Amino acid sequence: MSKLTMVEALNLAMDQEMARDENVCMLGEDIGINGGVFRTTKDLQKKHGENRVMDTPLAECGIVGTAIGMAIYGIRPVVEIQFSGFTMQAFDQIEQNMARLRNRTQGKYTLPMVLRTPYGGGIRAVEHHSESREAYWAHTPGLKVVIPSSPRNARALLAASIREDDPIVFYEPKAVYRAFREEVPDEPELMEIGKADIVRAGSDLTLISYGAMMRPCKEAVEDLAEDHNINVELIDLLTISPMDTETLTRSVQKTGRCVIVHEGHRTCGIASEIIARLNESAFEYLEAPIKRITGFDIPFPYFQVEEHFLPESEEIVNAIKETRNWQ
Amino acid sequence: MASHHQDKTKSSPGDEVIPPSTPSEMNTSPIDLGHIEVMQILNEHGEVDQGLEPSLSDERLLEVYRAMILARTFDQRMLTMQRQGRMGTFAPNTGQEACTVGQVVPLTKDDWYSPSYRSFGAQIMRGWPMEHLMRLWAGFHDGFPPPENVNDLPFSIVIGSHVLPAVGLGMGMNYKKKNDCVVVNFGDGASSQGAVSEALNFAAVYKAPVVFVCENNGWAISTPTAKQTANEVIAARGVAYGIPSIRVDGNDILAMVFAVDEAAKRARNGDGPTFIEAITYRMSLHTTADDPTVYRDEQEVLPWGKRCPITRFEIYLKNKNLLTNDSIQEITESCEQEVIAARDKFYSMPSANPGEIFDHLYEIMPEELSQQRDEYRKRLDDKGVDYE
Repeated sequence: MSKLTMVEALNLAMDQEMARDENVCMLGEDIGINGGVFRTTKDLQKKHGENRVMDTPLAECGIVGTAIGMAIYGIRPVVEIQFSGFTMQAFDQIEQNMARLRNRTQGKYTLPMVLRTPYGGGIRAVEHHSESREAYWAHTPGLKVVIPSSPRNARALLAASIREDDPIVFYEPKAVYRAFREEVPDEPELMEIGKADIVRAGSDLTLISYGAMMRPCKEAVEDLAEDHNINVELIDLLTISPMDTETLTRSVQKTGRCVIVHEGHRTCGIASEIIARLNESAFEYLEAPIKRITGFDIPFPYFQVEEHFLPESEEIVNAIKETRNWQ
Repeated sequence: MASHHQDKTKSSPGDEVIPPSTPSEMNTSPIDLGHIEVMQILNEHGEVDQGLEPSLSDERLLEVYRAMILARTFDQRMLTMQRQGRMGTFAPNTGQEACTVGQVVPLTKDDWYSPSYRSFGAQIMRGWPMEHLMRLWAGFHDGFPPPENVNDLPFSIVIGSHVLPAVGLGMGMNYKKKNDCVVVNFGDGASSQGAVSEALNFAAVYKAPVVFVCENNGWAISTPTAKQTANEVIAARGVAYGIPSIRVDGNDILAMVFAVDEAAKRARNGDGPTFIEAITYRMSLHTTADDPTVYRDEQEVLPWGKRCPITRFEIYLKNKNLLTNDSIQEITESCEQEVIAARDKFYSMPSANPGEIFDHLYEIMPEELSQQRDEYRKRLDDKGVDYE
């Protein structure tokens, strides 16, 4: 066990996967000697060589498009896009080929590739550096979307994603990159993709979130237990698509109440999808309308005011109290 | 791989600085890219430049000739079937047979080919059964996957979106230290796509073993090349990215084979990509849903009839005593029979299975999708539709 930041944990996962399988390679801008703009790939090029950790030209569509070809050829590329806002440059290749090639070729070609990219706000960056557009990829048939929330699950989910034969969009909450340390096993550890994690069992209300928003959610849950005697079940989604509807349903059938938190935009966001599913699977168990706290439907604001855009624990506490007391 | 790339990162920053010219010796006008000549080995009268004749055996020459006849026969049969309402919309290839077939003649089975949607002459030569291609164009899911043991990509419908993955295949060959190559086919219209420019750049930077064949047939649906690009020498695009580039008479099968063969050898030898602009002409429709008389003066088409790639190759083969009028007749008839047999096989193949549309998206079907499939099956049951 070592106490690692998320950046270090992700680095560990990639290092071990590259050591385990010579077909695992990395492509991205400035990921080699520079170790990536967040240093997530630090020293990987030194350890595994320039053939396997490839600095690319500055063209996101080109990176994803060529990684697709390499994956068809039996290589397992892990792509880094510097910021998720730049992933839109690669939308073409993600939509036309990455998501569809297996289907188009009826499984003759598979794309065992991972598109890693830091997402979300909270680091006081310029425009296009703080987006949470995971809903785009969840809306795209053929992709899987994974979003870890802590060093340990980031490491285990990234290692599992690299071993998957289906293409994965792996969103890394950059606000968590260096926010805290967590014990991470030295030996390789995997987590199953497609499974939500019940972080804290509870009986009064189900709180669902993922990624960077898990931190304010945890704070809120602790406050509520201590100060208001409200016992919240907290679920970390971890995989956005395919969604673990079963775990969510069981929890809400038990608690009858639900609040969902994410920083992505509200309209057609992940919370909308969760509410629709719970409407189908747990309607008669509901004691109150499901509440969502999300990013607003505006472009992510510039950093002088970004703190007011992101959901905070106090707001989550209030939403939970309101939903708990609804009758 | 990418030794060129590695050298770059290791050289010290000052090494490659070019000293500025002094004003008196400097051309202060912006550079105009010079004319790039079009290579021709076999002219439209069937006369050959013997110094450049590719070294193909007599048997191989006849195979290539037959592949061109087969491509045209298939094309005409497909058009008939489409007009009979028994085929979907497709993109005819008539007049482009030398270009289409020539680009795969030098390839081995270990090489990869990434076609565009007008490349079926090449696909047939690569081993796609014609009834398989008919399935594809008639809207069957099982028509799209390349057949077993054929190292081809399926073509992409979105113009130019296959070129980056084709370069990735080449990068994969470097990664696995294979001495094979990739030929990727696209058109003059695709050359305008940003992704194609990115593909050229990646191939050059990583010295990927890729042969870019830009089949410039003059028209992207109704847009002539002159409106597609201000520099109608599309090969200049390759030059700009540091890729050896050449223009070739795309209606000259010998020039096509020569250029692709040279490029493939360079690629397999670790010398990186080549850009070939093949000048040809879309004699026929963009697709069967297109009416070129709306936007194109038919007078423009006429001279291209005289540049027919098949006619000039016939003259050449006759001069080599490899063909006679009788053997032409025999080959034409046997191609016709082969296409008819493929057509009949296609007609006798099973109807589409509506049950399979969920089956190939993921390796293991997610629960949510499995539930949607059940919902869909119920819909089929309610309508009384057969499926497996």
